[in-house]
Amino acid sequence: MKDLANKTVTELHALMAAGDTTPSEITKAVAVRIAEEEPVVEAYVTTLVDQAEEEASACDARVKEHGLAGTLDAIPYALKDNMCTDGILTTCSSKILSNFKPPYNCTVYNRLEDKGGILIGKTNMDEFAMGSSCETSALRRTTNPWNPEYVPGGSSGGSAAAVASGMAPYALGSDTGGSIRQPAALCGVVGMKPTYGLVSRYGLVAFASSLDQIGTFTKDVEDCAVVMDAIVGHDAKDSTSVPEQHIDMLTGLKSGVKGMKIGISQAFMGEGLQDEIRKSLDEAIRVYTELGAEIVDVDFTMLDYALPAYYLIASAEASSNLARYDGVRYGVRAEDYDGLVDMYVKSRSEGFGDEVKRRIMLGTYALSAGYYDAYYKKAMKVRTLIIQEYKKVYQSCDLLLTPTTATTSFKFGERTANPLEMYLSDLYTVPVNIAGIPAVSIPAGLDAKGLPIGLQLAGPAFSEDTILKAAWAYEDQTRYTDLRAPLQKK
Amino acid sequence: MEYDIVIGMEIHAELATKSKIFCSCPTEFGADENTHACPVCLGMPGVLPVLNEKVVEYAAMAGLALNCKIANFSKMDRKNYFYPDLPKAYQTSQFDLPICTGGTVTIDTPDGKKDVGITRIHIEEDAGKLIHEGGGGTLVDVNRCGVPLIEIVTEPDLTNAEDARIFAEKIRDTLEYTGVSDCKMQEGSIRFDVNLSVKPKGSTELGTRTEMKNLNSFRALMRAVQYESKRQIIELKKGNRIIQETRKWDDAKGVSSSMRSKEEAHDYRYFPEPDLVPIVLSDERIEEIRSTLPELPEAKRLRYVNDFGLPEYDAEVLTAKKALSDFFEESVALIDEPKMISNWLMVEIPPLLKEHELTAEEIPFTPASLAELIGLIQDGTISGKIAKSVLADMFEAPEKAPKTIVDEKGLAQMNDSGELEAIIEKIVDENPKSVEDIAGGNKKAYGFLTGQVMKATKGKANPQEANKIIREKVQAKIDS
Repeated sequence: MKDLANKTVTELHALMAAGDTTPSEITKAVAVRIAEEEPVVEAYVTTLVDQAEEEASACDARVKEHGLAGTLDAIPYALKDNMCTDGILTTCSSKILSNFKPPYNCTVYNRLEDKGGILIGKTNMDEFAMGSSCETSALRRTTNPWNPEYVPGGSSGGSAAAVASGMAPYALGSDTGGSIRQPAALCGVVGMKPTYGLVSRYGLVAFASSLDQIGTFTKDVEDCAVVMDAIVGHDAKDSTSVPEQHIDMLTGLKSGVKGMKIGISQAFMGEGLQDEIRKSLDEAIRVYTELGAEIVDVDFTMLDYALPAYYLIASAEASSNLARYDGVRYGVRAEDYDGLVDMYVKSRSEGFGDEVKRRIMLGTYALSAGYYDAYYKKAMKVRTLIIQEYKKVYQSCDLLLTPTTATTSFKFGERTANPLEMYLSDLYTVPVNIAGIPAVSIPAGLDAKGLPIGLQLAGPAFSEDTILKAAWAYEDQTRYTDLRAPLQKK
Repeated sequence: MEYDIVIGMEIHAELATKSKIFCSCPTEFGADENTHACPVCLGMPGVLPVLNEKVVEYAAMAGLALNCKIANFSKMDRKNYFYPDLPKAYQTSQFDLPICTGGTVTIDTPDGKKDVGITRIHIEEDAGKLIHEGGGGTLVDVNRCGVPLIEIVTEPDLTNAEDARIFAEKIRDTLEYTGVSDCKMQEGSIRFDVNLSVKPKGSTELGTRTEMKNLNSFRALMRAVQYESKRQIIELKKGNRIIQETRKWDDAKGVSSSMRSKEEAHDYRYFPEPDLVPIVLSDERIEEIRSTLPELPEAKRLRYVNDFGLPEYDAEVLTAKKALSDFFEESVALIDEPKMISNWLMVEIPPLLKEHELTAEEIPFTPASLAELIGLIQDGTISGKIAKSVLADMFEAPEKAPKTIVDEKGLAQMNDSGELEAIIEKIVDENPKSVEDIAGGNKKAYGFLTGQVMKATKGKANPQEANKIIREKVQAKIDS
């Protein structure tokens, strides 16, 4: 038994290159896994199994004749359902876009197609990426592959769960305040949010434009480097995309952390941090010390201000970005209405869920005349201070090591009653988005309940190579990325 | 009590770029509905804007032409409101950091020169158009969505309708001259909003203002200002207060009326557009843009007076329209007769343009043809009078060279004195009465004889030559 669905991208590539398996065998294995696990995990909004299998068999002949074009060639993958795909449903897990098929592709899809990737499905998410558990999805209830009573995290919970359960060798997600790293931590996979502007946002349905960034879910760190390498690069269609610059994430990946300065801040170990996670952090410090890295204590005074600033900025931008869903041109329009304003009100009232409405209202309020200075403007000032704080931090260390989340996964309904409690799920991830810097969440073992723990490594802008080098060294010592979620099908 | 009128204007002008502000859709006017549309200007989910660099350049050019300061750093903002002609539900515009600020425009009014301050010029996108079908609901045409605009905002420096018109025309001429906008009023590519208030004469405190939007002719602008200022004065005299509101100008009825405008309740919630990076223009880049500015009317007028020796008046008329001054300069490059060219462009050509329902931009023949026509007068081939008839023919058959017209119609002057002498001799013989009159001191009779000669030669006689011969022949008659 080859157990292809549990293999990493790099392993699958090696097997194909050696002639030990074929593209269609791989896609078939993933399709079988989807058939077995999806009824419980519900990671996908749309699966494209038939289409993927056709593509894979077309690859068979080509690969046989010409060999593989690259590591991602003929490997299936999943996209979060907020990334536009021509003629394929792109719902953002919202009722209001439940019938929306864009007539264009997002840039990352084109990049992966160029590498020979095979799209196997579009994954579930919190509605419009607003949430930390996938519970705000209007379309699916994604469960945590490690225990179906627990949430997979969010908002990219579907992508995290798909990779954790072997239903996709890798997946892309988007991260506005932790939406890749938090579910990666909760599902026990590697999740990376790159520097803002490194990956094109073209075709990513906007939540908060100045914070949104596309990133990856993979089973291990090497895969993360491979997929990141494939999706980065300047895009003329995205004005906020940074000019072409080469970050070599692959060559030095396994060269170790000797002499690297890894920062630790007490600010991230405050009240509410789960004991087992603190222990994981201590273990990581030991591992890095043994590997020759230098551990330095750093101050991080702005943590308490990050979350409020984030919710003001993100909601303000969201209130504007989501105004276009008015039932006029696409998406769902209310059936009975009396005049224009009534059509707007009914379409939006029926089309959006509570969390989306809450943030639209919050954002609208924060931008209103008379409140702008007190909320939005002040939040932008905090943003500047956080950027400055990170600059100071990275003068004394190369990377900042923190927990990804304060707790491991939680049960359905546990945090839905109190939105603020849910918002706190992103406490450690949000500052990274505010500063636009890169960070990765890596698996750090399991807690007593058998739920995954994640640690976060964050570095200055364009330090993806350094981050991944440190992540690989940790993985190499601990092998936590070898752990696989138990299958639902016994 | 007497009142002062205080007028400020907001002018929207479409920029003459080929493509829209954030996508590559064409801006061309008059296409079928919704054919100039793509996911970007339709505001589809996930798409992103990319700022057309030409828009920045044109906006800066407009600013330089109106003596503004061009910002090294400006940014785009979102102006949020719901309307079906606005696909993103926000208009991308500029709020607190516009590209141009602090300009001045000097206008020539009947009361002398006046300065009008330009508060700011900012870049923004146009919205689409709603088409209300009788009973069939409302349709949206998005062709105009994302057509680039500049909005020019003035200080409240204008004080009467005539000045407002002169100022508006000057802005139109300047934008047209610089090539920043084609300013076709009938296509709505330049539109005027007027903010107007009145105050007791000499008072320093401004009154409450009203706004009239989208006045799309100079006549409408003048009439709207006249009506609205009168209305406000009458209201105040009745002891009523002016309500701050947007009023609709009905040009057919010649009245303004209160618009039931929801806009008053609008809070546009401006904030920086996160999908675009700030507009950064270095001093070098600004100078580079300045160097591409064509010569503006004032400078050109001075040059026409100094270099071509034209009277002030000619220089002013010729430079008022870019098309006219271009035609003049191309002609003068071919034949060094500036005053003659000016006369033809100012006196002879306009009535013919009017007759053929053409504008100054549409002179049907080339400057080379006009130069050739003037050359034919200069070398004595035709008289000025014949030239006028040739000009009329040039309007009918613009592809024909003036020389060809002259040849085909046999209009060349009779410069052969032998032939002319014979004709004149005959006329002098046939009109002894005239000779008698001249002998008796009535020189007017010369005119009659000249007329007869011209009639006999169908105007082709060279007038000077003919006059000389007539005098000789008459004298010979008297002497004999």
